[in-house]
Amino acid sequence: MNYNWNWGVFLSETPSGGTTYLAWLFEGLQWTVMLSLSAWLIALLVGFVIGVLRTVPHRGWSTLATAYVEIFRNIPLLVQLFLWYFVMPELLPEAWGMAFKQSHPLTQQFLAAMVCLGLFTAARVAEQVRAGIESLPKGQWAAGQALGFTLPQIYRYVLVPMAARIVVPPLTSEFLNIFKNSAVATTIGLIELSRQAQQLVDYTAQPYEAFIAVTVLYLAINVVVMFLMRRLEQRTRVPGFIGGGQ
Amino acid sequence: MYEFDWSSIPGALPLLAKGLMVTFEVTLTAIVVGIVWGTLLAVARLSSNKLVSFAAASYVNLFRSVPLVMVILWFYLIVPQLLRSVFGDALGDIRLASALIAFSLFEAAYYSEIIRAGIQSVARGQIAAGLALGMTYAQTMRLVVLPQAFRNMTPLLLTQAVILFQDTSLVYVIGLSDFFGTAYKVGDRDGRLVELLLFAGAIYFIISFAASQLVKRLQSRYAR
Repeated sequence: MNYNWNWGVFLSETPSGGTTYLAWLFEGLQWTVMLSLSAWLIALLVGFVIGVLRTVPHRGWSTLATAYVEIFRNIPLLVQLFLWYFVMPELLPEAWGMAFKQSHPLTQQFLAAMVCLGLFTAARVAEQVRAGIESLPKGQWAAGQALGFTLPQIYRYVLVPMAARIVVPPLTSEFLNIFKNSAVATTIGLIELSRQAQQLVDYTAQPYEAFIAVTVLYLAINVVVMFLMRRLEQRTRVPGFIGGGQ
Repeated sequence: MYEFDWSSIPGALPLLAKGLMVTFEVTLTAIVVGIVWGTLLAVARLSSNKLVSFAAASYVNLFRSVPLVMVILWFYLIVPQLLRSVFGDALGDIRLASALIAFSLFEAAYYSEIIRAGIQSVARGQIAAGLALGMTYAQTMRLVVLPQAFRNMTPLLLTQAVILFQDTSLVYVIGLSDFFGTAYKVGDRDGRLVELLLFAGAIYFIISFAASQLVKRLQSRYAR
């Protein structure tokens, strides 16, 4: 195979002018990071609520939470993304749907991807939280009751603070996954990293440089996230407990 | 309010069934190749040869740190050129070939982690016993360790297969018409994207949910 390597391509100017291809890559990196972090926030909030509800001694709530987890785990992420992006605006009340469709395309793509990725990951976070709560000794629950706590108080002061620390290690891999899964947003046109890789291929005809650069950036994200989570794990570790869940 | 019109689905069923076959083809190929290649990687990773275990670990970590979308795009870049240089221009569906190779090699990384854990779950004494009986290391692995390991990890391997089945929808990025790709194209053609996407979601849900319930029942039987 004859391939003309040209790493200088990143410094050349884009056809629209004013910037370089390198700047495009960094724009993609920014969108990937922004999308992943905002989706992670949703995933943590919703995931903890659903995870707690799954363990509550109340049939109705736990069934509802189980249904949530099963639905979001058994439909492919790509299909969910298309449902949020193409189907949801049609099913919303007309005024909302119109408002969504009239907003800037980038806003639409970002919102749909953020909600989709957040609620998708929430189902996985919920499973870890549930496993974390279930791994706590029964005595913790009994102690809460003996102190005269109500059910919400037992969760708020006893179970959730413990579970939150126990689930940090398993949540690391979910946090890594959210960055990888954010690449799916390329399918609705959001200009995150893998979209920029494809754009660079189209504009520069130097596919290998573009793909290698983007792959290295994903690896770098991985390394940084792993480093930060290690430190968080060390600080939050509960002596005598190992992380719950698979 | 949106008015549903499901009329374009019955006529498209044969097309959708064809797409579903592509989905199953990619899934099954990736399961079979992924488990075989994944087993080799797992054994290599546990090898006492530093170089071999380092190579296997690098392979697994690389594939596990890169998004599947990028892996599919990478292979769609490499495979057509490789195939063309070997077979010339007369070729079948390059997209399908790329997808099959990408998913097989990608899944092998994930399977190898499951299999490695499975091998490590077999008591160390078993290996010692095999060696004491005069078996070679390879024989001990094949006849003593792996059969027990696979029994332990069957539920996890199957769960991974369900995830893989859902992930195959990502071949959308290279335009291969699997089940999801077909549903999208039909919906786009008839202006009935909403109905077709909901239909596709429902079918994926039914298959994945049924499969994961089966795995759960299997798991409770194994646990006994």
